[in-house]
Amino acid sequence: MHLMRVVPEAANMLKKTPLYDLHVELGAKLVQFAGWEMPVQYPDGIMVEHAACRNGAALFDVSHMCQIKVSGDNPAVAMERLCPGGLTTLQTGSARYTQLTTQKGGIYDDLIVTNGGDHLFVVVNASMAEQDLEILTAGLPDQSVTPLADRALVAVQGPTAGQIVSGLFPQTTELRFMQSIVVGYIRLSRLGYTGEDGFEISIPAPQAEDLARQLIDAGAVPAGLGARDTLRMEAGLPLYGSDIDQGTSPIEAGLGFSIPKRRREAADFPGAARIVAEATDGASRKLVGLRPDGRAPARAGTEIATPEGKVVGSVTSGGFSPTLNGPISLGYVPSDLAKPDTELHFILRGKPAPARVVPLPFVPHSYLR
Amino acid sequence: MITYYTEDHEWITVDGDIATIGITNHAAEQLGEVVFVELQGAGETFAKGDEIGVVESVKAASDIYAPVTGEIVEANDALAEKPAELNEDPEGTSWLYKIKLSETGELSELMDEDAYKALIE
Repeated sequence: MHLMRVVPEAANMLKKTPLYDLHVELGAKLVQFAGWEMPVQYPDGIMVEHAACRNGAALFDVSHMCQIKVSGDNPAVAMERLCPGGLTTLQTGSARYTQLTTQKGGIYDDLIVTNGGDHLFVVVNASMAEQDLEILTAGLPDQSVTPLADRALVAVQGPTAGQIVSGLFPQTTELRFMQSIVVGYIRLSRLGYTGEDGFEISIPAPQAEDLARQLIDAGAVPAGLGARDTLRMEAGLPLYGSDIDQGTSPIEAGLGFSIPKRRREAADFPGAARIVAEATDGASRKLVGLRPDGRAPARAGTEIATPEGKVVGSVTSGGFSPTLNGPISLGYVPSDLAKPDTELHFILRGKPAPARVVPLPFVPHSYLR
Repeated sequence: MITYYTEDHEWITVDGDIATIGITNHAAEQLGEVVFVELQGAGETFAKGDEIGVVESVKAASDIYAPVTGEIVEANDALAEKPAELNEDPEGTSWLYKIKLSETGELSELMDEDAYKALIE
């Protein structure tokens, strides 16, 4: 079998988050991810970390994601030139999920935008940070676009996350899903990427390790990118670069919820022609959840075929669901084959493996609304 | 009995013309929790380097390559039922196959324990 290892030479060039020393101390297995050296798991393993998030609380270092401040006159109005989301209607202290769309209606990246009062607080994917900063800088000449490089981002996710975080920050007790407050120099936002209730905490780098230790002492279990991936797959949340990219539209990816009626009617964002047409008439293909009848996981790149053997799509994310104790996959199929219970086949190592379309998410969300 | 190792992290012990093969402790540790094992059945023949099985962890899928040429005498089918056991004792009870060697000369191309230890350090 072939095993992946971090080459020492390459490791020297990788960026380290403010929690790097803590990861090493906790015995994390570190991997290269989007130019960063990140924990993929800790000694107890992905299953334990995953279960901690579903049943208690897990702590993730997501400092590799790029935090950006957009400020100037009416930053939300400016930002709507690049995104199809409803940003001008976003109240101070509220956050929304949206995308940077291409002129052809594809996706440059997906992001969370928070109204910070006199500015927007934006969080984008680590792998796309450089591109996004260029897009924002070029597309928002009337704004100043500043990456907040001196801040860490820590996520606490799971049914006991609220209790743990409000123990340290009582101000968060009343916060609901997609709401955000600032306490001193710390921004606490009730959102995440696991399907669970929880917080992402943006904090000045020098304070990050102390906060992480307090959260661990309060019961949050350190979890790595491995568990983060199985958790987000179960929650049916697309991963940029896997499930969505410049070739997929928000409607195909099932992200139409993030484009309000006002924006569809105005059709004033990049790629509006295609995106609005698909929102009205339906897209030709859709991102769906799939479960095989057998135990073999169908991972990214696996072909999806009809029972008659016609290849109709491919898996974009797939693996093992610890919660369901079985394999799950996300993939694109023609819209007429996208209904739950539609029978399809994965082509696994040359052989057809029966599978069926299932509703998303695989595991229900438990956001505190 | 001597144990040989491959660069692909398989081990092989030989008793007469019957060999037992599996994945190394190091491989199992690197893979993490195994969730799926697919093995071929007794009677299948293969050449050195052929894919003879699949082991998948939560993280990734890995093919198993035949360390030598031969024929499968027995597969450890219990692993298909309980894949997690592969993490428990990969160099012992969680062997993958017993095979009949057809070209014993191939063994000399494999590594001994010291060479394998040097590879993974």
